[in-house]
Amino acid sequence: MSTVDSGAGVQDAADLVAGLPPAPAAWCTGLRKRYRKHLAVEDVSLQVGRGEIVGLLGPNGAGKTTVIKMLLGLVRPDAGEAMLLGQRSADPAARARVGYLPELFRYQPWLTAAEVLALHARLSGAGVPAAEQRDCLALVGLSGRGDDRVGGFSKGMQQRLGLAVALVGRPEFVVLDEPTSALDPLGRADVRDIVLELRSRGVAVLLNSHLIGEVERVCDRVVVLDRGRVAAAGTLAELLGQREVRLHLTDLSPAAQQRLAALGRVDREGEWSTVALTDDDGTAVPDLVRDLVDLGVRVHAVEPVRISLEERLLGILRDGAASRAAGPS
Amino acid sequence: MTTARTVLTIAALTLREASRRRVLFALVALTAGLLALSSWGFSRLAAESLTSGEARLTASILLNLVMFGYSLVAALGTAFLAGPTLSGETESGIALSMLARPIRRSAFLLGKWLGLVAFGSGFVVLAGLAQVLVVRVTVDYWPPAPATALGLLAAQTIVLLTLTVLLATVISPMASGVVAVGLFCTTWVAGVVGAIGEALGNDAVGRVGSVSRVLLPTDGLWRGAMNAFQDPSAIVQFGGAEQGAGAFPFLSTAPLTLTYLGWAVLWVAMVWALAAMSFVRRDL
Ligand SMILES: Nc1ncnc2c1ncn2[C@@H]1O[C@H](COP(=O)(O)OP(=O)(O)O)[C@@H](O)[C@H]1O
Ligand SMILES: [Mg+2]
Repeated sequence: MSTVDSGAGVQDAADLVAGLPPAPAAWCTGLRKRYRKHLAVEDVSLQVGRGEIVGLLGPNGAGKTTVIKMLLGLVRPDAGEAMLLGQRSADPAARARVGYLPELFRYQPWLTAAEVLALHARLSGAGVPAAEQRDCLALVGLSGRGDDRVGGFSKGMQQRLGLAVALVGRPEFVVLDEPTSALDPLGRADVRDIVLELRSRGVAVLLNSHLIGEVERVCDRVVVLDRGRVAAAGTLAELLGQREVRLHLTDLSPAAQQRLAALGRVDREGEWSTVALTDDDGTAVPDLVRDLVDLGVRVHAVEPVRISLEERLLGILRDGAASRAAGPS
Repeated sequence: MTTARTVLTIAALTLREASRRRVLFALVALTAGLLALSSWGFSRLAAESLTSGEARLTASILLNLVMFGYSLVAALGTAFLAGPTLSGETESGIALSMLARPIRRSAFLLGKWLGLVAFGSGFVVLAGLAQVLVVRVTVDYWPPAPATALGLLAAQTIVLLTLTVLLATVISPMASGVVAVGLFCTTWVAGVVGAIGEALGNDAVGRVGSVSRVLLPTDGLWRGAMNAFQDPSAIVQFGGAEQGAGAFPFLSTAPLTLTYLGWAVLWVAMVWALAAMSFVRRDL
């Protein structure tokens, strides 16, 4: 009887576990790292869901590379926890399905590009056949250069090779630390295509790049680091969600002004008013225009105001600097 | 990836690196030079009219001298190969991308170490064997225990290489090579000084050699190797151990004890473990 019971119990548990959503590609909480006197990372928590593309932004020295290395178990955090694909980062096995392009990349100059890929394929334990390794080289634009020594490669070609190394082990999570720092414009477009292709295959990506335009184009979510802390995090819609509309109005009565203010913060500059749309479900602007016309206002122009991620990022970093200046805490 | 496979992969990679870098050419050139020079010297020696005892004594001393040359070449070669393959790479990111693979750092270090051990001891054994054959052909001298002697030469190289690996995990690559070779030479000098002290009956000076041989077992292993290379009658010819033959740097009065060999093995294991601890804890 008891064996039957425990068998059923194990089955139940297995069903329960199978029914759970898969663990996030990367997860960390309360990460902290101090280098001698300098606090490089302080209380960083973030998550990269399966198949999600997350951008990691922030100025130089913000701690992005250090966070990445702690996530990957290459640097020991002083405090906090990190998990990769459901396993503790400190366990090397957690990196079995992880690809990584370091910020300061370098590969054995005495090996050929194909040999470097074969080495990494072997170390990853994925059993990748040679043909697939060649495809990987072709994907990053190095087909035909596989038999050349890496020592003769330019920095940009080495970065392309690094990208192939990150992709060769059939990863479920890819970490790219400034993957376009040495690449020409064409190479940057290639990286964008590769990231989008990874997303279509359900591979999660953590992308640290200074090219905010690229991040804006490919990322589902963005985490902004500043001085070792998370300054902002959210989906692009959340971060850029604060849309504004600029209106050119004349004959603006007090009642019409009230109608404008009901929508959100209003900045007036002569005949132009800029209104922040707080929660807009798509009806706010047409409703506003209809009401203003009803109130006798003459509407000359209605223009949406776009905030780019770059402006938003600068705003976040300036706000942080201002609040630090206001009160050191 | 099993640990054993990782170790073998990294060891093979290290051997491939050694074979593709200029170190190998430098070693081959130096060895060929030493071999040519010594075969010329030995053939000149054969032309002299010496008694058979004198001939064996000279052959023993010269063989030990040339072998010292090889062990120095091996020491320099492995020290300067071991340093950069560990810390130099870490700095430049090669190790970073490999250690981001699902492999243990200790397995990585073991693979590197094994590759260097195979390279370093392979070199001394091959070069030493060639030298023994040269001596056989030129002056018809065959050492009493060539296999033991070559094994001890290899062991000496392994000791020095393990020290370099430890140093490379804590200080910069070039510095670790310089410090390791410096320590190697210091222990050799301390060994000679100690032997002179013993020959003069000065215990305090004599102890310098024994203490340094315990701290870094290269010199002790080297003396064991010399003893196995030289003719047993050489010490007697030189006036006997009591008469100061031990003070001569290229003769050894006593064979290696098993206890000392055990200590050398333990020393290597301890220093390797220290290196692994330092390497595993390091931030990349
Ligand atoms: N190995 C290290 N030793 C000392 N300080 C370091 C080390 N790595 C990073 N730092 C410091 O930590 C801070 C964050 O660095 P990093 O994570 O590389 O920033 P980012 O990648 O955002 O530019 C910097 O001030 C840097 O000087
Ligand atoms: Mg960085």
